[in-house]
Amino acid sequence: MEIYTTTPGVKQMREGVLEFLLINHPLDCPICDEAGECKLQEYSVDYGQSAGRFVEAKVHKPKAVDLGPRIMLDAERCILCSRCIRFTRDIAGDDALGFINRGSYSTLTHYPGKPFDNNYTLNTVDICPVGALTSKDFRFKMRVWFLKETKSVCTSCATGCSILIGSREEKIYRYTPRENNGVNGPWMCDAGRLNYKWIGHADRLKDVLVRGQKSTWTAALNEISDKLKKTPAGSVAVVASARQTNEELWLLGKLKSKLGAVSDSVARFGEGDKLLVSADKNPNTNGARLTGICFTEIGTNLPQIANGISSGKIKTLIVFGEDVTKHGIGADLLGKLETLIVSDILPNATTKLAHYVLPGCAHAEKRGTFTNTKGRVQKFMKAVEAPGDARAEWEFLHDLVHNVTGQNGFVTIEGLFNQMAEDVSAFNGLTWQALGDTGVTVQI
Amino acid sequence: MIVDRRPLTFWEKLYLPAIIGGLKVTVRHAFRTLFQGKAVTMEYPEQKWTVPENYRGAPYLVKDQDGNTKCVSCQLCEFVCPPKAIRITPPGESGKLADRTNAEKMPAEFEINMLRCIFCGFCQEVCPEEAIFLQKDYSLTGTSREEMIYNKEKLLSLGGISPGIQKWKHKLEEAQAQESFPVKV
Repeated sequence: MEIYTTTPGVKQMREGVLEFLLINHPLDCPICDEAGECKLQEYSVDYGQSAGRFVEAKVHKPKAVDLGPRIMLDAERCILCSRCIRFTRDIAGDDALGFINRGSYSTLTHYPGKPFDNNYTLNTVDICPVGALTSKDFRFKMRVWFLKETKSVCTSCATGCSILIGSREEKIYRYTPRENNGVNGPWMCDAGRLNYKWIGHADRLKDVLVRGQKSTWTAALNEISDKLKKTPAGSVAVVASARQTNEELWLLGKLKSKLGAVSDSVARFGEGDKLLVSADKNPNTNGARLTGICFTEIGTNLPQIANGISSGKIKTLIVFGEDVTKHGIGADLLGKLETLIVSDILPNATTKLAHYVLPGCAHAEKRGTFTNTKGRVQKFMKAVEAPGDARAEWEFLHDLVHNVTGQNGFVTIEGLFNQMAEDVSAFNGLTWQALGDTGVTVQI
Repeated sequence: MIVDRRPLTFWEKLYLPAIIGGLKVTVRHAFRTLFQGKAVTMEYPEQKWTVPENYRGAPYLVKDQDGNTKCVSCQLCEFVCPPKAIRITPPGESGKLADRTNAEKMPAEFEINMLRCIFCGFCQEVCPEEAIFLQKDYSLTGTSREEMIYNKEKLLSLGGISPGIQKWKHKLEEAQAQESFPVKV
């Protein structure tokens, strides 16, 4: 059998189909959020006519219908393709949508009395070929052609869905899933998708603080390195975060072994589901395990660190990205420390007590890799600039490791990753380049 | 290229004929200005040129015949603007709705940096709502850079009213007519 797809007859048929689709489709493009990534708009350019032949009045349907907490429906724009119905029934497993009425009056609606509110509703906005289903979060915020799309990874749970970060002028507007059949397919959950607003938060840590006073990176890092070099073995503890990248955890591991420190991270568990959401809410738990920051059971060393501080054995604590006052090392214990070095993104009880505050970067502001719950190592790229003096953790950790241990590593993330891959047995054979856009699975 | 310089003749060497010739022109114009009122200069800025009908001056936003903002914040002008003089803040989900019914969007803020604007007219050409027009102002002044960034309010007050087809109003009327069944067309 031979199939011809480009003959004049086929083209004419497509033009016919498109003309029927456009009969009742409103000319909403100037106010439609889908404009710029609309399939109907693209087909209209390919097969449409400059003026419609339809002289009758178009059928009008309700605009701005509230389908659920995150979805707004513009019934007029719907071309009744039923993709959203099939997605939510067959993939999300929540048979919430359907068509009512007949002929030209057919309308998409949700089941009466039950809002369309499962955790995967925003995927219907992605698969809607027109602007009928719109995200309430992104609605009327920015035109899509202005958004710079950066390949990144979602950090809301250990699944690590591949995403695209849509940003313009250092402001993040949305996350959209990026197809990666090794991790998330083409989908992502609503919770992860909307978890980006903290990145541009007004009270981000922006200054390097030395005992509450504003300082510079050079001065603070030199002071910290001098102090760390003088500490006796066994008097230092490191609380890293499983929200940090593999490279950062590896650099912290180097610091830890030089100082003979005890280290751990903080476990973070929530509810998972059968589709994408993992019960482990840390994006890089496996990275923390593989780089030797913590053991299979996360958080077992935390009581030991707390005891060490209260007995006076541990005098220096290095905390990265965690509020330890919520995890068994209270403010009274932190007060006993001689040196408390804290790096974080947003202020919390621990940063308030810190002698040294080193402002860090969100994943959207730096490059790095995460190891997900199945051992998939994925890299992510930088979308926006960090605010104020904030610097990527791997950059200043590299300086710190160099000052304290004397080992000079790579000053680029590519070199650093390759060096880590040689050093950490689980990552052996990997290179930054070989990770590609979709990552590589390693044995965990 | 070498140009041959002709040596001056006797009369030219005297210079006086040329000076007298020049003075004649000056005196003629002085006489026409002072006694005949035929000035060739203009007292700018009190007096200004009237520009031609299709002149491209500063772009301003216009309102429709009902006094509503026409702009729907589609941001095509911002996209097409070569010197990036236009900056639009979209309304957002919780933003103020448009002041004319049925078009759901209206810019929360619309700024044109008149120091950057090159009066090219791309914004007028691209506008799907006929909401921005290059008008006849060509000499804009201000005492600071901030003052030269015109906001929505200023642009709308300078732009005036430009009647045209009211697409959204027409659409609303059509939709209201359909509410009674059977549909009357």
